[in-house]
Parts: sequence; structure tokens; C-alpha cells
Amino acid sequence: MSIMSHPDETGRFGEFGGRFVPESLVGACIEVEQFFTKFWADEEFRQEYAEILSSYAGRPTPLTEAHRLSEHLGVRVFLKREDLTHTGSHKINNVIGQALLTKKMGKSAILAETGAGQHGVATATAAALMGLKCRVYMGEVDVERQALNVFRMRLLGAEVVPVSSGSKTLKDAVNEAMRAWVSEIDETHYCIGSVMGPHPYPYMVREFQRVVGEEASAQFERLVGGSPDVVIACVGGGSNAAGTFSGFVDSPARLVGVEPEGGAAIAKGSPGVVHGMRSQLLQDEFGQVEEAVSISAGLDYPGVGPEHSYLASLGRAEYRCAGDEEVLEAVTTLSRLEGIIPALEPAHAVAYLLREAGKEIPLGSTVVLTMSGRGDKDAEVVAKLLADRLS
Amino acid sequence: MTIDLEQHLRQRRDGGRKLLVVYLTGGLNNDWLDLILSCVDSGVDAIEIGVPFSDPMIDGVAIQKASQRALEQGANPLQIMKDLHQLDVPVPLVAMTYFNLFHHSGLERVAGWLVDGGISGVIIPDLPLEESTPWRDVARPQGIATVQLVAPSTPQDRAEVLCRESEGFVYGIGLMGTTGERASLADTARLVGPRLKALTTKPVLVGIGISNPDQAAEAASDSDGVIVGSAIVRRVLDGAGPREIGAFVAGLRTALDGR
Ligand SMILES: Cc1ncc(COP(=O)(O)O)c(C=O)c1O
Repeated sequence: MSIMSHPDETGRFGEFGGRFVPESLVGACIEVEQFFTKFWADEEFRQEYAEILSSYAGRPTPLTEAHRLSEHLGVRVFLKREDLTHTGSHKINNVIGQALLTKKMGKSAILAETGAGQHGVATATAAALMGLKCRVYMGEVDVERQALNVFRMRLLGAEVVPVSSGSKTLKDAVNEAMRAWVSEIDETHYCIGSVMGPHPYPYMVREFQRVVGEEASAQFERLVGGSPDVVIACVGGGSNAAGTFSGFVDSPARLVGVEPEGGAAIAKGSPGVVHGMRSQLLQDEFGQVEEAVSISAGLDYPGVGPEHSYLASLGRAEYRCAGDEEVLEAVTTLSRLEGIIPALEPAHAVAYLLREAGKEIPLGSTVVLTMSGRGDKDAEVVAKLLADRLS
Repeated sequence: MTIDLEQHLRQRRDGGRKLLVVYLTGGLNNDWLDLILSCVDSGVDAIEIGVPFSDPMIDGVAIQKASQRALEQGANPLQIMKDLHQLDVPVPLVAMTYFNLFHHSGLERVAGWLVDGGISGVIIPDLPLEESTPWRDVARPQGIATVQLVAPSTPQDRAEVLCRESEGFVYGIGLMGTTGERASLADTARLVGPRLKALTTKPVLVGIGISNPDQAAEAASDSDGVIVGSAIVRRVLDGAGPREIGAFVAGLRTALDGR
């Protein structure tokens, strides 16, 4: 059986995961689990999902060989192009799945948290496509630094609610979305945007992102043959990484997740319980959750999906960090060598590659890196930070 | 010696009294222990001590703010329990907080702190029954009751199990939502008593959303009593001291006594 098959009946991957939610939400989580289990085993549902991904969301996405970057680094790099999906990131894969489930559950509305706004935009998009009401919670800090996405969500008909509690970022948006969900579980599905939260979300979201890894491994097989030496993806909650890894976990490929320096739950955290799950968490001496600090709104999260904590504990995947400065470098380098402007999140994966090519990543290796999203949303932030360097 | 939570509440209930439990955030102000004393003087039957957590997922604005303020002032579970150790009150203390504070410091260790603080029971809203066994196995031998909550959305067969497993009393959640004041009593709050008292002889208290004396009396009419949190905490945040809080609690007491 694959290491990434399914969690046990308590929703655990090894010692991580579970369902730590208030009694008021237990029933709603069980309902999501039952519907997901039923429909994920249903051939017709699978076809409907695959059909929307291809005819609407632009799947399959290409695996692009990055020739100039490869030459520059001395390793052979392939980019899995989630930036080319409709709405511009891998988030759409998960949301289409959950929006379909929402319909199956007979619910009329969907709510979401968002950091970078990519999950919010994807949710607003799927809601428009399927005629669902949509509300998105977003920290005030992120509302400001991802203003373009706020506008897109509103244009798509979603209500965007700025969250002013705590660190005013993704962590607090999750709290607020959970609070809202409690009072409307009869008509609303909570569409969590990453492989986090209470069971079955970490499992369900990974399954909806599995397509990324499955496509990429088949494409690599076709283009090169065999499996790559190294597979790299950025990790916020960890959905693009989980989806990617699921396609390679049973191969000999080295799996590397890249967290932001200021939000490195695996590298710098310890096991904790928040947002319905037991996983690696940044926390103080008494277990108060610490605030993450990252240039990237989508990775600015003190926790991580439980399956990553599990893969790390097994040593099957390794987790590394990238800092804001090298991430900005990576944005410029990839833009100029490949004509691809990455979002700040996958730029973390690129930064790790640039730093470690010829070191942790031996010269001559083959690498698959998930380009989880495009950089348009970050243009303003990056423009400010790079103002003095680009002219 | 800590007070046995269930025995204490049963005795008072069986004596014909409607039970009143109020919630205060530990470490919120320098005078938070005086607030407890004034609540006791005004006739509460137990006190819920909120141990502040950074991410109070099921709490509304008032308790969120109080938690944040207490944390900014350096509140932590160990110090709160040390402070409570100084206190000698004739009613049981119940700690309410989130599971990570237990998980992080270790279940045995935290149970020790709670015992030192004279805590009789705990309410851990993000620790549903299915996840609670390791904690309850540690708490029970220490005389700490773990209270189970039952929600309006809880199916009947599950409600039966929760009532059976609950220790101290049964916390009947009055409405589907976060803690916080509401203009009127939720319809679901009226149903808690009749529904749960048919399932258990343990004291059944209704909490969440109970905001004033009238609502308290109404919610208690078919149950064994009420828990009032945000209405108190909001007043403290607005600057109310022990005297004002005592007066508000006395109003709740009077309404429950039907006077
Ligand atoms: C482009 C992109 N990549 C990655 C992430 C991080 O999410 P995850 O770790 O779940 O893939 C985000 C989140 O907003 C994103 O927008």
C-alpha cells in the first residue's frame, strides 16, 4: 500500500490529523466525510469532476522543461504548470471537487478562508460556475497585499469579509470561517483551501490535488522515462505539495517541501492542536500559536497539513526553508530565464532549487518543481520591493 | 480539597435552586480575582475560568478580545492556577480552554496545575468525545471532571452517549454559533432542557448566547440553570469592576430565583 493512501478511521496519518472540533461541528465534518467517501468512489462523480477540470479549468497542465534555467543550474528542471490553470493556481482543482460535493449535499452556499486570495478566487469562481452563494474570509493584512484578488472575488459575486483579529492573516481567516460555519451548517459547506483542518479535509483536499502529481509523473515518464531524482513544491498548508508528492511517493524520487523561513511549521515547530488537527505548529512555551511572518500571503501560516508532519516523521519527505530575500531573487531569475513570473509561493520552491543546485541537488539531477501559481497577484508587492533593482 | 463538581451542583439543584455559572477570563485585569469573589457573593453556583488561548475558535468577539488582552498582559495557564491557589471560595471552579494548552505542556503536568489551582472540572470545546480519552484517563484519577457539550445539531443517539459520558454536568449549547450576546434567546436554547433532561439525571446547564436576566430565567425554566459568559466579559472589557459585575450577577440570580 502507498504511504499516501488514506488516514485511519480517526483521520490520522500516523500520529497526526484527527478531528479536534467543537461538538457543534462534529456532525458537519461527519457529513462531509460521508459524502466525500461515497462520491469519490463513484465513477460518475469522478467523470464529472475530470470533465470540469479539462473543459473549464484547463487540465491537463503541461510539464515544461525549463531549458535556460537548467543550463544555468546544471540540473534538468521541469515545471508543473499549475500557473496555467483557470484562475492561475492549483487551488481550482480542490475547489471544483468541493463545489461539486456541495451540490451533492444539497447545500446552497460555500464559504472559504484565503491567504493569498487564490483559494478565495477559485472558490468564488466555482461558486459562480455552479450557482452557489459564496463568502470568503481574509485577514486584513492580506486584503491589503493581495488587493487584486479581493477585486476579482467581488467581481465574481463573492462577499469578502476582512478579518481583524489576531495576526490578521490566514490563521485568523481560518478561525473566522470556522466561526461562521457553525451558524450556517445546514445550508453552507466550508471549503477549506489546503490539506489542513479536521478530518476528512486533509485527506479530501489531497485527493482533489492528486491530479497534479499523477499528471506530472506520467508526463515525466513520457518526456524522460523513469522518475525524477528530486520533486520540489512549496508548503503553506501543503496542498500543492501533497498533490504533487502523491504522484511520486512510491518512486525513488527525493521529495522536498519548501516552507517560508518565518512560517516553517515542520522545520521549526512542534506538535500541536489547532484548526481541528494535530500537526506541526509554531507555538510558544505554553502552546499559544505564534504568528507566521512571510512575504508570501499564501504561506504565511504557523501550521501545516498533518500528512506533511507524517511524511516528515517518516523521513519520506524533507522540508526546507526559503527566506524572503532569496524568494525575490527567484522571482526575477525565473522571469528572466524562462519568461514565467511565479507567484511568491512557488518562488520559495524555486529559491530552494537555485540555492541547492550543485549542493543538496547534485549536478545532472532531474527535478520536477510545481509552479503552483502565477505571479500577477503579487505584482504590486514585488514591484515595491524590487523598485530600486529593476529599472 | 477541591469540591466535587457534580455532587455540588446536584445538591443545590435538588434543593430547588436554579444554577448559575458565570465565566471570567483568567488574568484579564489585575483585579480578576476580586471579580470572582464578587460573583460568589452575588450567588453563583460555580465559576468558569477562561484560560486564554491565542486562537479561540468557538468564541465570539468579547471573549476573543478578553483572551487577547489577557495574553498581552502575560497571562498563562501556570500563573492563572497559581493565582487561583490563593483563592478560597465555597463554589467549584471550572477551567474552560482549548486543547492545545493541555497538549503542549503535557496532560499530566497540566492536570497537576489544575489541581493546584483548585479546579474541579474542565470544558475543552475543541476536544470532542472521540478525541478525549487520553485526557480523561489522566483527569479522572485527579478528581477533575471533564464536561461534555451537546449541540442543537447533535443527533439523539450521540446526545445520549454524551450525557452518559459527561462528568460534573452536561453543557447544553443554546445555539448554533459562537459565544456572544444575542438580542433574544434562541429557540434552540429553550429546547435544551426538555431534550437533555429526558436523557440524564446529571445537572443540565444551558450556555452560549444567554445575555440578560430575562433570557437566563427563560432558559432555566426547563433546565437546571444557565452559564453566562460574554455578557460578563464584555462588561469587564468596558471597564466594569467588581461592584458593577456583582450587581449584574445579582440581577441574574434574582431572575433565576423568580423573585
Ligand atoms: C500559488 C499558490 N501556491 C501555494 C499556496 C500555498 O498553499 P498550499 O501549501 O496549500 O499549496 C498558495 C496559497 O494561497 C498559492 O496561492
